Amino acid sequence: MTNLLAKKSWSPYLVGLLIGILSWFAFATVDRPLGITTAFEHTAALSAKTANPAFEDQSKYFAAKREKGEKPIIGWEWMLVIGVFIGAYTSSIMSGDRDKISIPPLWQKRFGPSIAKRWTAAFLSAALMMFGARLAQGCTSGHGISGTLQLAVSSWIFISLAFAVAIATAFLMYGREGVRHV
Amino acid sequence: MFDSLDKLALGFITGVIFGFLLQKGRAAKFEVIVNQFLFRDWTVVKIMGTAVVIGSIGVYALIEAQFATFHVKPLLWGGILAGAICFGIGMAVFGYCPGTSVAACGEGRRDAMIGVLGMLMGASVYVFTFSYLEPLINGLGDWGKVTLPEVTKTSPWWWIGTLTVGGAMFWLYDWLRSKRSALPSQHDHSAVLHPRP
Repeated sequence: MTNLLAKKSWSPYLVGLLIGILSWFAFATVDRPLGITTAFEHTAALSAKTANPAFEDQSKYFAAKREKGEKPIIGWEWMLVIGVFIGAYTSSIMSGDRDKISIPPLWQKRFGPSIAKRWTAAFLSAALMMFGARLAQGCTSGHGISGTLQLAVSSWIFISLAFAVAIATAFLMYGREGVRHV
Repeated sequence: MFDSLDKLALGFITGVIFGFLLQKGRAAKFEVIVNQFLFRDWTVVKIMGTAVVIGSIGVYALIEAQFATFHVKPLLWGGILAGAICFGIGMAVFGYCPGTSVAACGEGRRDAMIGVLGMLMGASVYVFTFSYLEPLINGLGDWGKVTLPEVTKTSPWWWIGTLTVGGAMFWLYDWLRSKRSALPSQHDHSAVLHPRP
């Protein structure tokens, strides 16, 4: 067992199987789907409320939430995100698979060694990604796994289009040939 | 403001397992995700596909036994289409998705940590500009919280069976192929192509 936990990688099929079972666990224990980005939205909303208490009454965002009988909280989803960080940290410590890199090698090959360039791109692209996830109310976890496994029409459309756009973007950025030579 | 303590604890436990699995599956790595979009590494599809097939069987069984309920996101065409386009561009440039970027932070990746700050900003922009976004999200029609079996008036088990058979065939093909190309297994192959520093 220790041996298995110390391995740097597991079969993707085994990992997928266990994530599938984990989704049963989430539905069975708290009746919620695995999802990441809700916690980020709630953090942003709670911060806005803390900075300016009037925001809660004035903003359309909180009004729309109230209409649906929801409100941003520090909840199950929030602890899920903290847990993902701790879990990945634990796994990488146990296997020694630590990667304290500032620039991924594939990026560096194509766009050079500038940390400023990579970090600016990472900040802005991650912001765009999160913005898109909140427009659609889900991400790779919330739509891509939890939604598709419920056979939700919205999720199958979201993940198909998002991956198609990501494929087009990746080919535009790295090109077929460029990748062959890496 | 807070969920009950047992829910917070369950969320934490679920998250720890999720993060552990994402790291062990190598999904917390820029190279693995970008190379999936370039069709050079099929790890992401294998993980997600297996999770969806296995997950759908158990979750539909739980719902039919009334141990759980549906949590389907509404098909708001504007939000889904615009969101997917922003999400796809962002994910390809960033090289992580929201969950795997948090896992990548745990692995020590600095660019993912910057990205998590960016994600907080993206979420803030959404919250602050929501009044302008609402017409876009709702503007192209709302089909409601529909599932594929509902829309097609078929049994969900027909869909789940098809997904299971499709997944099994993909797995079998992958297994036969890895047996045939006996030399460096697919894993070593990608390590050779993309050496880590």
